[in-house]
Amino acid sequence: MISAVVTFPGINRETDVARALTKGTGRRPTMVWHAETALPQGTDLVVLPGGFSYGDYLRCGAIAARAPIMDAVRAHAARGGLVLAICNGFQIACEAGLLPGVLVRNQNLRFLCHFQHVQVERTDTAFTRRFAAGEAVKFCVAHGEGNYTADTDTLERLEGDGRVAFRYCNAAGETGGQSNPNGSERNIAGIYSADLNVLGLMPHPENLIDPLVGGTDGLRLFEALAA
Amino acid sequence: MQARVTVTLKAGVLDPQGKAIEGALRSLGIDGIGAIRQGKLFDVDLGAADPAKAQTVLTQACEQLLANTVIEDYRIELDGTHS
Repeated sequence: MISAVVTFPGINRETDVARALTKGTGRRPTMVWHAETALPQGTDLVVLPGGFSYGDYLRCGAIAARAPIMDAVRAHAARGGLVLAICNGFQIACEAGLLPGVLVRNQNLRFLCHFQHVQVERTDTAFTRRFAAGEAVKFCVAHGEGNYTADTDTLERLEGDGRVAFRYCNAAGETGGQSNPNGSERNIAGIYSADLNVLGLMPHPENLIDPLVGGTDGLRLFEALAA
Repeated sequence: MQARVTVTLKAGVLDPQGKAIEGALRSLGIDGIGAIRQGKLFDVDLGAADPAKAQTVLTQACEQLLANTVIEDYRIELDGTHS
C-alpha cells in the first residue's frame, strides 16, 4: 500500500495520520505539498488530513479544495484510487466535489472535542473490512463544522446505495438523540463515493491507534487498507 | 468598476448562527425581529472591466469559489445595479 498524505497550509494532523498509516500498513507515506500537480508514482491511497486549512477562511476546506494538487487527487479517485478524507479533509473533499453534501456549523455552535462512538454500516469496503457489521467503534471528534447536510434526494441516494459509512452512536451502538454530537442529517459521520473508493469522515480514526491514548479501534481502519 | 457580491444560505438550510443571533437580540430586549439569517458580503474591485465582462467574471467567481451552491445562493450587484 503506497500512500500519500497531502499537506495544505493550516493542516495539523498530517503527522498523526502518517504515524497511523505506518503502523497500520507497515509503510511510511509520502508527504505531498498542495502546490504540487502530480502524486508520487504508484500511489494507491491519498489521505486528506485534518486541521484548519487556510484558517477555515471563506468556508471550511473551500480554498484547499481549489489547490493545484486537487486535480491530481480527482483524477486518482476517478481511476478508482483510494482517498481517505478525515475531518478538514472531509470538508475539502466535499468542496472539491469528490463527495456530495457539505459540512456546516455544529448545531450547538460549539467546537466539539471528545471520544465518539460510530456505527460501522458495511464491512465490505477497503476501509472497513477489519470491523464487524453494526459494530460500535470508538474514534474521537474534534471539529466546529461537522454537521453533515445535503438535500433530501442526495440523502436518499446515499442511503439507497449503501454509501453511509459511519453513523454517530453511543457506546451501546444506539443512534439518535444525544449520541449525535453535531446535528448531522441521519446521524451521518462518514460517507463513501459511488464506487466506495473515497471515504470522508469527521471522526479521527488516527487518534485511536494505541491503548495508551484510549484504544485501537482506529488502527483497524489503517490495517484494513493494507489487507 | 466596483461590485458587491452577497452570499446567503438557501431557504430551508438550517442556520445555527442566525438562530443564536436571534436569541442574543431577544436577550437584549430588541423586539420585533422575526428571524435572522447570516450571510457573507464581498466588495470587489474589477479595475477597468466593462459591465458584461464583470458579470461573467463574478459569476465564475461565485460558481467556483465564493458560494457553495449546494447550500448557498449569490447575488451580484455592479455599481449599485442588481442582476
